[in-house]
Amino acid sequence: MATESAAATAAPAKKGLWAWVNKRLPVDEFVAEQLTGYYAPKNFNIWYFFGSLAGVVLVLQLLTGIFLTMFYKPGELTSFDSVEYIMREVNFGWLIRYLHSTGASAFFIVVYLHMFRAFLYGSYKKPRELLWLLGMLVYLVLMAEAFMGYVLPWGNMSFWGAQVIVNLFGTIPAIGPGLVEWIRGDYGIADATLSRFFALHVVALPLGLLLVVALHLVALRRTGSNNPDGIEIKEKLGADGKPLDGIPFHPYYTVKDIFGIGVFFILLAIVVFFVPTLGGLFLEAPNFDPANPMSTPEHIAPVWYFTPYYAILRAVPDQRLGALLMGLAVISFLFVPWLDRSPVKSMRYRGWLSRTMLALFVVSFIALGYLGLQPAEGLYVMLARIFAAVYFAFFWLMPIYTSIDKVRPVPERVTYHAH
Amino acid sequence: MRTEMWTGMRSWRSLAVVALLVGNLAWAAEPATEGEAGAKAGADWKSWRADNNVTDMASVQRGARNFTSYCLGCHSLKYERWSRLGTDLSIPPALLQRDLIPPGDKDTQYILTTMPAEDAANWFGKTPPDLSLMARSRGKDYIYQFLKTFYVDPTRQTGANNLRLPTTAMPHVLSELEGLKRAVFRDEVKKGEGGERTHEQVFDHFETIAPGRLTAAQYDDFVRDTVNFLDYASEPTQAARRDLGVWVVLFLIVFTWLAYLVKNEYWKDVH
Repeated sequence: MATESAAATAAPAKKGLWAWVNKRLPVDEFVAEQLTGYYAPKNFNIWYFFGSLAGVVLVLQLLTGIFLTMFYKPGELTSFDSVEYIMREVNFGWLIRYLHSTGASAFFIVVYLHMFRAFLYGSYKKPRELLWLLGMLVYLVLMAEAFMGYVLPWGNMSFWGAQVIVNLFGTIPAIGPGLVEWIRGDYGIADATLSRFFALHVVALPLGLLLVVALHLVALRRTGSNNPDGIEIKEKLGADGKPLDGIPFHPYYTVKDIFGIGVFFILLAIVVFFVPTLGGLFLEAPNFDPANPMSTPEHIAPVWYFTPYYAILRAVPDQRLGALLMGLAVISFLFVPWLDRSPVKSMRYRGWLSRTMLALFVVSFIALGYLGLQPAEGLYVMLARIFAAVYFAFFWLMPIYTSIDKVRPVPERVTYHAH
Repeated sequence: MRTEMWTGMRSWRSLAVVALLVGNLAWAAEPATEGEAGAKAGADWKSWRADNNVTDMASVQRGARNFTSYCLGCHSLKYERWSRLGTDLSIPPALLQRDLIPPGDKDTQYILTTMPAEDAANWFGKTPPDLSLMARSRGKDYIYQFLKTFYVDPTRQTGANNLRLPTTAMPHVLSELEGLKRAVFRDEVKKGEGGERTHEQVFDHFETIAPGRLTAAQYDDFVRDTVNFLDYASEPTQAARRDLGVWVVLFLIVFTWLAYLVKNEYWKDVH
């Protein structure tokens, strides 16, 4: 359908240089197919900003990352100093570095909100299962990318964080210890580890990230976007063969997204220029001490975006079981399209049971994130166990509560209130 | 170079205080008066805050003087060059060379102590740490509390101990300014996990043994200025960062407002 509308909207053959280019490279055709001829539901709300914002943050990270690479020197003896050199002696190096460190956290905020949107409106449900899986793949690659990037400044928390995370692989039966050594390239977190993390962080993982993001977008174009009502707009076409409830992505959503990007950059700039460490949440105080294998920080905690999983890891007394549950907590997301048995997509038409479970999940995710930053003792561990149970209940009881939940009838057309 | 734009604007008010800075340590020495610190002096030390202000250029300059006079003997600022310090703090090159830079060093060099690290490790049991990032890794309040909670302890090799960092290897180098004080501990009985009683020594208050060259209030300012300088040194660009941030955020607000108007213009056709 997209190609039909593209053929209809494509401008008649032009003369001159532009026509010459288009004969050899389908620029006009691409714009007509993917932007002006691509119809998106007109009832998108605020939750639909975060996909394009994630793309903007990706570009921000790539650009700032390129400049950081020009001055950063991987190595046990050079990493920490080169980061301080960037912060102090490179022109606007502090700005580039803060944009990159804040951008990392912003990436996860945006991605978590984007994922919440999918839960809110059932965006992972048929026919978008593969779109969801590719999105989860983006999330997994992003986690690896962020973890390795966090090690590069070679602060004391970088070092000890790497120690804890890499050692998790040692809990795998039989191959564990050998695997850990293979990942580190040494008997401890050392120069070899730092150098390979640099290679992976700046070359391999960004390439992988771009690839899976591209596939995520291709899959999105195949099915089209879901919307807050969870209605397939392609099923209600007008006389011209275009969705009645759709509008061209360009200009309508490009101008809307530019506004959203503006709001996002205001918030980003406030952090970058006024509170770049965000009270130790985006840049932790112990990371202003260089890596020191002889001195362990008081509390080892990963950056906030990993702490929900870290809390689950520490909630279990047995390390191997803890690591297993932690892995399961991440992997659980992959099964959601098949765990959800509700006949409707959007929460707007689901009953109180689904809504309550989603609310409990959000509360437990945030609570676990908080608990992962606290020392693992007493009440904190107890609470982490309770919230971990809620976390897993959301996923693995989903087939039950979504089947018995009472749903309301879904309207024929999307609900939209003109501005 | 990069900071010229920003410091240029500030230099007019800083110039006035440079005169104060010029390496003179002739304090208006008034002997500390007894009892000015109250009955339970120092009991609340954990709640002391540095409350410094890095835009107070006179204070940062005094802090730089304090640092070169009292800290540089053992501690370095290995990420900061003398020339950068001069530019950021609006100290004229001639004054910088004459009063702050150790003889023989050039202004393009980093601020390094002349004490050999190996000897220092032998003398103190530990090489004195670099102070470049101390205000970021430990925090400003930490340094403030550290410099104000030294007390006489004959059991220590240096003769001094510290509440913020117990058994610190650092001698109380500021004792001539602050004076000497002893820590009075009280015996507290606590119940152990098995119900057994254990005695614990808990800090109660400080007692002045001998006053220093500064009053308590003057010493407070001295420490605050020093913390202020270390705060500056931990992130020399922070003032420029905040100054630039105001303009960036203002620009983005205007941009976003225009983008909002454009969006509304397009979307009024959608029904």
